[in-house]
Amino acid sequence: MTVPIQAVNDFVIKFANVNGSGSASANGMFAKALFRMGIPCAPRNIFPSNIQGLPTWFEVRVSEAGYLGRREGVDLMVAMNAETYAQDVAEVRPGGFLLYDSTKPFPKTLRRDDVSLIGVPIAELILGEFPDPKQRQLFKNIVYVGALAELLEIEWAVLTGMIEEQFKGKEKLIGPNVRALEIGRGYARDYLQAPLPIRVARCDGVGDSILIDGNTAAALGFLWGGATVAAWYPITPSTSLAEAFELHAGRLRRDDASKRNRFAVLQAEDELSAIGMVIGAGWNGARSFTATSGPGLSLMQEFLGLAYFAEIPAVLVDVQRAGPSTGMPTRTQQSDLLLGAYASHGDTKHVMLLPSTPKECFDFAVEALDLAERLQTPILMMTDLDLGMNDHISLPFRWDDARCYDRGKVLDADGLDAVEKWGRYLDLDGDGIGWRTLPGTHPEKGSFFTRGTSRDEYAKYTESGEVYQRNMERLERKWATAATLVPKAEIREGSKPKACGIIYYGTSEPPMAEALLALKRQGIELDAMRIRAFPFGAEVYDFIGRHETVFVVEQNRDGQLRSLLIIEGDLDPASLVPVLHYDGMPLPAQVVERHVAEYFAAHRKPRLSEVTP
Amino acid sequence: MTYVAKPRTHHPKLPRNELGLTRRDYEGAVSTLCAGCGHDSVSAAIIQACHELSIPAHRVAKLSGIGCSSKTPTYFLGKSHGFNSVHGRMPSVATGANMANRELYYIGISGDGDTASIGLGQFAHIVRRRINMTYVVDNNGTYGLTKGQFSATNDKGSTSKKGAPNLYEPIDLAMMAIQIGATFVARSFSGDKAQLVPLLKAALKHEGFAFLDVISPCVAFNNHNGSTKSYDYVRAHTEAMAVADLIPIHDEIRIDYAPGTVEDVAMPDGSTLRLHKLHGDYDPRDRVGAMDTLMRRAQAGEIATGLLYLDDDPSDCHEILNTVDGPLASLGEAELCPGSQRLEDINAAFR
Ligand SMILES: Cc1ncc(C[n+]2csc(CCOP(=O)(O)OP(=O)(O)O)c2C)c(N)n1
Ligand code: SF4
Ligand SMILES: [Mg+2]
Repeated sequence: MTVPIQAVNDFVIKFANVNGSGSASANGMFAKALFRMGIPCAPRNIFPSNIQGLPTWFEVRVSEAGYLGRREGVDLMVAMNAETYAQDVAEVRPGGFLLYDSTKPFPKTLRRDDVSLIGVPIAELILGEFPDPKQRQLFKNIVYVGALAELLEIEWAVLTGMIEEQFKGKEKLIGPNVRALEIGRGYARDYLQAPLPIRVARCDGVGDSILIDGNTAAALGFLWGGATVAAWYPITPSTSLAEAFELHAGRLRRDDASKRNRFAVLQAEDELSAIGMVIGAGWNGARSFTATSGPGLSLMQEFLGLAYFAEIPAVLVDVQRAGPSTGMPTRTQQSDLLLGAYASHGDTKHVMLLPSTPKECFDFAVEALDLAERLQTPILMMTDLDLGMNDHISLPFRWDDARCYDRGKVLDADGLDAVEKWGRYLDLDGDGIGWRTLPGTHPEKGSFFTRGTSRDEYAKYTESGEVYQRNMERLERKWATAATLVPKAEIREGSKPKACGIIYYGTSEPPMAEALLALKRQGIELDAMRIRAFPFGAEVYDFIGRHETVFVVEQNRDGQLRSLLIIEGDLDPASLVPVLHYDGMPLPAQVVERHVAEYFAAHRKPRLSEVTP
Repeated sequence: MTYVAKPRTHHPKLPRNELGLTRRDYEGAVSTLCAGCGHDSVSAAIIQACHELSIPAHRVAKLSGIGCSSKTPTYFLGKSHGFNSVHGRMPSVATGANMANRELYYIGISGDGDTASIGLGQFAHIVRRRINMTYVVDNNGTYGLTKGQFSATNDKGSTSKKGAPNLYEPIDLAMMAIQIGATFVARSFSGDKAQLVPLLKAALKHEGFAFLDVISPCVAFNNHNGSTKSYDYVRAHTEAMAVADLIPIHDEIRIDYAPGTVEDVAMPDGSTLRLHKLHGDYDPRDRVGAMDTLMRRAQAGEIATGLLYLDDDPSDCHEILNTVDGPLASLGEAELCPGSQRLEDINAAFR
């Protein structure tokens, strides 16, 4: 008999449910309860592209040590979907547990000697309690949370406190919900061996952190950053960003006296229109953004080229999902990087910000609005489904009330009167950025024609090759300026130099500390760099230059960041080793560990333990 | 095709408007369109309308898509900001611009290819959203800039540059606009100043979405076998200049006819348009009646012109979205940023 897994605050629990059964809120409550007990945890929703009926999962990595990347294998499976029993039981690690609704027996053929089954007759338990079948469905979920409270020692007051908060104003619902919790707890206490060898215990692991998803964080960033026009077209996984902006703007951006909005949200007819609206608003001086995902970004290409060439501020969030085409629309990937970098025909390239955490989603959203106006160009913030739609433990957001928005080079009426000769695309100080003017500013001066065709420094249409080329060169200068303004890469290097480094970005961050530690235990030590923006700053190439071999970790098939690094830095492809993960699930530390260790084995790279005794 | 630039000296006798400005102050760069192109007449009418209304030119934003028609914003109101966007997408750009600043006049210029083909979706939705603007389609039934392909407004049966008949049903943009909720819909002819200028003035003053379908002949792509103006004819009969890209010089087609009458207009492609100027007692406030009239005139082989539909009490997108007075674009940190204390509240709500 396999020894049961023993663990306090260090396990993976996975809930298998049916989509549309109301499980999401119960599972969310479970994760939040752990968070409120001070235990670091990372909930991840693994959902189908479906509204009702298909299987859906919710996975929570619990780690007091703070390793919040995905980990392979499940320690406790809450199997609430008989349809997926076979798959679910197979995922449990030897010595793990599976909780199921024992109103119906668990199929003999699926039983495993090394997995302990925990039966709770949920359907039967609530049958007598709740007459309304719809309520019964919802409370089923609460009942297993109640059972888990007993089995895992989740603090009761934390759970009931959350129910009270959730139903503030609908107090009638508090009683039945608490009752459902009690039913589960009571059964576990009376009939099961509680607590399990895996359990939780209050600790001090989250400090003043918050638990929030990246889409909400970005929406709040846009709100604090002064965006007034938002245009979007529904697409998973970006929809909740636009919706969060509208929700919070409705609360925080209403003129008190007139009750009118200091913002406009437009649900466009498609993504072409959404980005067109953003560009129109940016041209006219408003801070504006759109949020989309891969298919939307594909549609926006022509407009992005216009904004690049005509030099119009615009902000776009691409919450990436698994492509190509419709791909796996509810799975995560980092596979739009090249599309974003070079969006549109001709020699175009775009500034991209690559946040890793909700806090960075917030900060980069603010930054994106500033950069768009400073650089007069589209700024693409590349997040992904995992970051955007899942809750993450994040540092709290901070705002400095002295902070001013950087509205960039805009000449007002006085400015126009003061300048001798103004040309929209004149580069006066070598940063490649001209002074723009907004419609309606001055009766006599500053009007010009914005166009996607070539023009001279004074915005006059031209077909002169020389003038065209001069303009393209100025845009290159602007690109160099951008490289100095975007967030710097975060570098983690020890005091002694190492031969190899590893580069990653976005949601590859959470598993990285764990992977690096595991590799170190194997004698493989790496310097690490997290890239946070494109164009790459000098520090990025300095880091690469300091190392013999550099691994590039990313969540796509083609090694898109690696390609970008090679193209933009004119690097020898042999110096960059791809570490790829693209099954649509967030990256587990073990994948990085395996890939790097295998490379070391195959290339007989000396491990640190071999060179330094 | 380029005229010699006229020096912008003010003739002392040119009439001045309330702002003390003459027509010339409303002109733009010199047109590079073909001589006689109807689109230039539309630009001239816009100049006249803005001058007569004493609109400060810098308070106008001109937006367009791509096409010969979409080039024209360069040729009027030189003191206005202009935006020549991408093909068929002017409506979304105009929408965003209007959201940013509700206080400007917006003139959108598009073509029939730009609006009725590639941009039909955006057109429908800007009408629905009731953006406060004047939306003009320079409708020549063809793709001028790409050299004479059929557009979706072209009548079934008419022939193209290469002699092929149009096989498909035409789209009546005015009809569509009324049906989807435009609050001002008119149709006119580029060369009919007496009708077009007052309609443009009314459209500019309309505080909602105003749509003008302006029939505006393309003089370059005319191919009627019997017509001496036809592309083929001119090519065949101009031996010394028998080059494929010869565009015959054409005079502007001007017309002037009374309300309630029908006028036959010979088009450069050899066809004849039968325009029916709506009578003075036509009631443009009757939406169903307007659609009925359009269909009946079409059935009779005529094109109804004039103010087709008007809602005197229009609403616009800012009303629908309940936005504050004044431009969103000019709000600053004090009005926009909820500040650090509110952010602490947000943090607390996510613990
Ligand atoms: C995406 C895209 N496809 C095709 C074109 C080529 N193109 C330029 S203008 C035009 C048609 C213009 O027709 P219309 O809007 O009727 O304008 P006109 O020239 O007749 O005034 C086309 C197809 C383009 N600019 N962009
Ligand atoms: S091609 Fe036709 S539409 Fe274009 S400028 Fe010439 S006449 Fe006008
Ligand atoms: Mg046309």
